[in-house]
Amino acid sequence: MAKKLMDLAALIRSKNAGPFVMTFDIMFDDPGKYERVKQSGVLTPELFSKLYSTPPEGVHFVICDNALAFKVSIPRPVPAGDLGCSDMHAGQQYAPLLDIEVPD
Amino acid sequence: MKEIRVLAPTGMLGSGYLVESLLEGLGRQPHFMGADARSTDPGPHSLGAGVCAFSRQACKRDLTPLLEGARRLNIPLAIGSAGTAGGEVHVEWTYGIIREIARERGLHFRLALIHAEQNKDYLVRKLEEGKIKPLNPPIPVSEETIRQSERIVAMMGTEPYIQALSEGAEVILAGRSSDAAVFASFGIKEGFDAGLAWHLGKILECGTAATTRRKGPDSMIGYLHRDHFIVEPLDPELRCTPQSVAAHSLYENYDPHFIHEASGTLDISEAEYQALSDRAVRVSGSKFISREPWTVKLEGAEFVGYQSIVIGSIRDPVIIRQIDSWMERLKQKVRARVEDLYEDEATREGTKIFYHVYGKNGTMGALEPIKETLSHELCLIIEVTASTQEVANAIASSARHVALHLPVPEWSGLITGLACPYNPAHIERGPVYRFNLNHVLEIEDPMEPFQIEILSA
Repeated sequence: MAKKLMDLAALIRSKNAGPFVMTFDIMFDDPGKYERVKQSGVLTPELFSKLYSTPPEGVHFVICDNALAFKVSIPRPVPAGDLGCSDMHAGQQYAPLLDIEVPD
Repeated sequence: MKEIRVLAPTGMLGSGYLVESLLEGLGRQPHFMGADARSTDPGPHSLGAGVCAFSRQACKRDLTPLLEGARRLNIPLAIGSAGTAGGEVHVEWTYGIIREIARERGLHFRLALIHAEQNKDYLVRKLEEGKIKPLNPPIPVSEETIRQSERIVAMMGTEPYIQALSEGAEVILAGRSSDAAVFASFGIKEGFDAGLAWHLGKILECGTAATTRRKGPDSMIGYLHRDHFIVEPLDPELRCTPQSVAAHSLYENYDPHFIHEASGTLDISEAEYQALSDRAVRVSGSKFISREPWTVKLEGAEFVGYQSIVIGSIRDPVIIRQIDSWMERLKQKVRARVEDLYEDEATREGTKIFYHVYGKNGTMGALEPIKETLSHELCLIIEVTASTQEVANAIASSARHVALHLPVPEWSGLITGLACPYNPAHIERGPVYRFNLNHVLEIEDPMEPFQIEILSA
């Protein structure tokens, strides 16, 4: 049965990595759930490129086996604190990741 | 020395820590204590305006037990990125607090001030020599960028700290620094493995962030050995696990495995994490790949304008269901009002107006995937930035008035379409800044951009 990413992950978060880059961490506390998501192949640079309207070549995608986590870094659409910035810390930009469907 | 004990009382000076945790840490007889005071996270204001993100009260409260503890144990205390942004004014401000504490508590020590703010003529020369290189994502830099910055700081690595320690400094107060460098410097000076020292520094600089369930800002201790290190939180209720420590390298980093510092790259892709107990973790396999020339990160902030905002809310479902067209009409009318009030091109072009609609897409803006507005209530913030506070205020209050009575076809007559919690309409925000550099400076000598001053307190 397919499950939502938010029901498998222990933590999904976004944050600044400096003022010009936004980084997402999708973290698991259960190796089985981590492997399921990894094997499913649903998390890809192309997915983030689409969800965040950013060129795919700018998506930095890292699989972290020892941390049971995925990390994805992209340029911030507006640098932190610049005019029109709505999220100084980029802390609330991960909502589109929650409902990603992970097949069995 | 076979083992060095490094104490990190808190992840960010001014954010606080439990005194019990500090005392427990001091009881472990550390050789060195560090505190990192920085962040670019709260935005460019600290660097641009020359203020600390925390209050004087909070910084003094944090600094006092640290100074007393360090002097009592006669161990060096290093404070990096003073006053959040680590420029001259920030270092001076923190120095003032330290002098006050020293006087009040009868403490005397050899103090090293390490300056990180950069001279603009020096940077322009470096730019002409091709020594200022862009990072990703690239943004343009020119002589003008440097000249119009309020201030520019360079992020020092371990070398200035090691130099200060070699000159007998008991307390080091430094401007902008690599957070990990504050903690790595002591171990590197004592000849320990750079990979282990840097990796330990990276974990300690965040205080208790590498624990499983962080309660709040608090203390962490590191035990650096020749072929491994151990991390342990001081609050007995907190725990580090191999996964929590491994996962910490993801936090606020572009890449979890390769972290660039001034003198090289920390490679933790093959680090191994073992549980030593249910709360302490042993780490090995961290590597540091030296690189020359040194590259120090530059941070600059420039003045953008004076800002004024207006906050209001909408509860009428008739307006909410047509919010997109209502917003379009609002923007057009506000623009027309600006042209009406100001004839000169400079004001017309120079005034930037942004609209945030909470309940629709205030948090994510254009990236918000949910396109249908389903909320029963919306909050509107109109943000006006202009070359003077008067113009920003004038346009903000005019914009509020336009929004207040913007008609909708369904209602015949004069309506009030915005609920305003505040009077006067506008909230003055004063000067606002932006970060204007995403660059590194290439240097042959790691001390070149940084000056050390030795003083007696």
